[in-house]
Amino acid sequence: MPPSYGYFPGCTLRGTGVAYEESMLALFETLGLPVQEVHDWNCCGATSYMSIDEGSAFLLSARNLAQAHQEGHQELLAPCAACYLVLRKTQDYMQRYPRIRQEIHEALGNGHVGALASVRVRHPLETLYVDVGVDKIRSRRVREWRGGKVACYYGCQLVRPFAEADRDHNPMRMDELLRAVGVPTVEYSLKTKCCGGALTGTIHDVGVNLNRILIREAARTGAQAIATVCPLCQYNLDAYQWEIRKQNGDLDMPILYFTQILGWALGADVRSLGFQRSISGRKTIQQWFSHAEKEVYA
Amino acid sequence: MPEPRGPVRIGVYTCHCGTNIAGTVDCKALAQYAASLPNVVVSRDYKYMCSDPGQDLIRQDIREYELNRVVVASCSPHLHEHTFRTALRVGGLNPFYFQMVNIREQDSWVHKNKTQATRKAKDLVRAAVRRVAWHEPLERGRVAVHPDVLIVGGGIAGIHAALTLANAGKHVYLVERDSTIGGHMARFDKTFPTLDCAACILTPKMSAVRSHPNITLWTYSEVTRVDGFVGNYKICITRRPRYIDENLCVGCLECIEACVYKQAKVPDEFNEGLSKRKPIYIPFPQAVPLVPVVDPETCIEFKSGKCKKTCIQACGDRHAINLRMEEQREEIQVGTVILATGFQTFDARKTPYYGYGMYPNVYTALEVERLVNASGPTGGEVVLRDGRKPETVGIIHCVGSRDENTHRYCSRVCCMYSLKLAHLLKEHTGAEVFNFYIDMRTPGKGFEEFYQRLLNEHVHFIRGRVAEVTDWVYDPSEAGKLVIRAEDTLAGFVRRIPVDMVVLATGLEPRADTTEVRRLFNITCADGFFLERHPKLAPVNTFTDGVFLAGCCQGPKDIPDTVAQAGAAAAEAMALIDAGYVEMEPNTAQVNEDLCAGCKTCITMCPYHAISFVREIYKSRVNEALCKGCGTCAAACPSGAIKQNLFQDEEIFEEIEGLLTNA
Repeated sequence: MPPSYGYFPGCTLRGTGVAYEESMLALFETLGLPVQEVHDWNCCGATSYMSIDEGSAFLLSARNLAQAHQEGHQELLAPCAACYLVLRKTQDYMQRYPRIRQEIHEALGNGHVGALASVRVRHPLETLYVDVGVDKIRSRRVREWRGGKVACYYGCQLVRPFAEADRDHNPMRMDELLRAVGVPTVEYSLKTKCCGGALTGTIHDVGVNLNRILIREAARTGAQAIATVCPLCQYNLDAYQWEIRKQNGDLDMPILYFTQILGWALGADVRSLGFQRSISGRKTIQQWFSHAEKEVYA
Repeated sequence: MPEPRGPVRIGVYTCHCGTNIAGTVDCKALAQYAASLPNVVVSRDYKYMCSDPGQDLIRQDIREYELNRVVVASCSPHLHEHTFRTALRVGGLNPFYFQMVNIREQDSWVHKNKTQATRKAKDLVRAAVRRVAWHEPLERGRVAVHPDVLIVGGGIAGIHAALTLANAGKHVYLVERDSTIGGHMARFDKTFPTLDCAACILTPKMSAVRSHPNITLWTYSEVTRVDGFVGNYKICITRRPRYIDENLCVGCLECIEACVYKQAKVPDEFNEGLSKRKPIYIPFPQAVPLVPVVDPETCIEFKSGKCKKTCIQACGDRHAINLRMEEQREEIQVGTVILATGFQTFDARKTPYYGYGMYPNVYTALEVERLVNASGPTGGEVVLRDGRKPETVGIIHCVGSRDENTHRYCSRVCCMYSLKLAHLLKEHTGAEVFNFYIDMRTPGKGFEEFYQRLLNEHVHFIRGRVAEVTDWVYDPSEAGKLVIRAEDTLAGFVRRIPVDMVVLATGLEPRADTTEVRRLFNITCADGFFLERHPKLAPVNTFTDGVFLAGCCQGPKDIPDTVAQAGAAAAEAMALIDAGYVEMEPNTAQVNEDLCAGCKTCITMCPYHAISFVREIYKSRVNEALCKGCGTCAAACPSGAIKQNLFQDEEIFEEIEGLLTNA
């Protein structure tokens, strides 16, 4: 087991994805895994940067790697799937293309560009699956699952090139982890399909329709909730459900982070898992998670 | 310093090769320059040296100018060295008083600057002139060719080659790894484009193999060792125990009936696991030899030793079943080998986006071949794994072909067998059939007409590589179906086609153990398939003399091409056998026993196992029939005891000096 994980929250885990940060930190604490936030981190370089100004995106990303390296972190947790991917992509590109390496070297002004590639960028899904393992998670389970079936939704980022969090096709690690703590998961063929990304903000109808497809299919396969590994997926599915509800009135499905479910099953304080921040499916959340700590929704 | 033998009189001939050489090299200037070199008596340039008048020039000059050495500056020795050596022989000179200079592939074709290219040509000719002075007369040795032939692989290629040779009176050893011959073809239902029943045209040939007096058939066997060289191969074959004596068994199959397993419970390999077999079984009713085989992995007697052995009781007085049978080894001598080891189909699990192994109603083409076959697991009735009859079928082409992520090559047969399966599925079920293709490739005889026929049968063709096979439901009408998503590149939009059954047209790939087989027979591979000596002019030969290729082990091909190639391989083998001998290249190495210290360095270096150690005199000795003239031993010998014909020290040093001396 590594001494400690450096932690790169990124903008989302301090904004719309607070529940992700809360639940992940609570889960890691429950498992006794120390997590240390990198100081003075900046934008990861994902979002629109990469498509508009690739050079700047690599520099931003490299600056975070440099900061983590300087603080002595060999492992860097990046829970947001977009942060995770752009950090790894930067490492790959700067090793492969001397021009990018040179630009980063000039901008950062230090001689350790090569060392930035040595920081291992990790996603919590991979960390929990590989470092902790399904068996240990199963053995640490303290709460009995009384909820319904869950669709594990991985999104697109964790299965792209540069990512190593799971298999490219038909990823299963989230399913395996949740099943280990007694949560039934459904066969969900859309598990890596598009959540709409930024389209919900730009070409709204298209973005919302993609969400509709995901949620309707999850419901059709018998799932009553969706578990995610990416704050943008969670946000899109959670925040725009009211629009989908206008057409499909019966849909009100909680969109949870996998760390919330695992944290709950492993006995973390329910108040620390951020359930109260969900927009959709609040009734279901109350039913599923309140029997442990009544006061949360009382 | 030794001297070349006698007075040296060299003729130099520069070839224009039309404009191939003359376009970049100043041939006149080259010929004039060559005339000025020491020992050169005559130097000419000519448009095509390889033509009859060109060769006549050499022959006339040998007489007129009393030439005793010849240099030709033209193309690669691969192409015409033999031509010019023959010209020397006809002119009355030893053919090895000859040196060829390649000023085409290694000069005119790869350079643009005429001045520099001409200078390079002069350098090369100068080197050859200095070298050839030291050449010595050599004689080609002859080695007798053993008349028997080994054929590895009993698919249609091996069967056809075996029958061709056997009918010509040659003795053939046919070695097959499976318990029956027949290969992939035995598992097909119909053959395109004529829709002949595959079994009907194959099984007579299989029976002919079994009964032919000139064919020794060893099934359930593998070649485990190959020694020797063209004309004289020594082959070791391991025969796995099938636990039933082929000589005693009469093929009544009562043992299978009597097996303590009343129900078959082992996945049947012949039917791609779509049905079950017993631990004692025959793969299919027309198997050759029609002798059951016992699978020790699943037979109770082998697992626990407590079986009632009802099979042995059923066999009764024949005593054909012997569960203590052991592996047998056979050693044979043959002169030539034909490899017909075939192919395997691409593993569809490597393209997980098409859902094979995930959705039960996704099938590979080979599974569907069995499904539509009257002797298949369902008796020819097309029933899905969930028991339904398909009303709509999607056939996805190029699975594992024409794809950077799997195989880049086209597997050549999938378009046509997809058309065939489309026809058969429609015929058996009346289903709507959709073909998803990248390009329709129908270049054989009657193939395009078959494609037209399918279009008229209202089979749908959608041009577009399929993105995925999925079960998510966009429209309620898709519920319970598999949805094929593909961009229709002719219509310009993305289609979702819900179907009951998906057929993956998996491509052909080299067998998993290709590398081991390649090493065994000392041949080369490209793309994993065995490499022919020349793609156009020696398509069934390999770089190892006496080893020939037939069928899909050389590359994907259909049955007509396979049979044609098998016939060609048989003819090539026969040409060697009927000649009775092979001429060996004289560029072999020899050990000077006076200098050899017996250190054995050469023995470990030789890649062809051509050097042996003579214990009595404690010296190494080269088998000239095995030696390929690679020169490794000559270079490695610490005592300088090994010399190699055509590459003696004087010859090489003179060539180097000639090359480096400034003109």
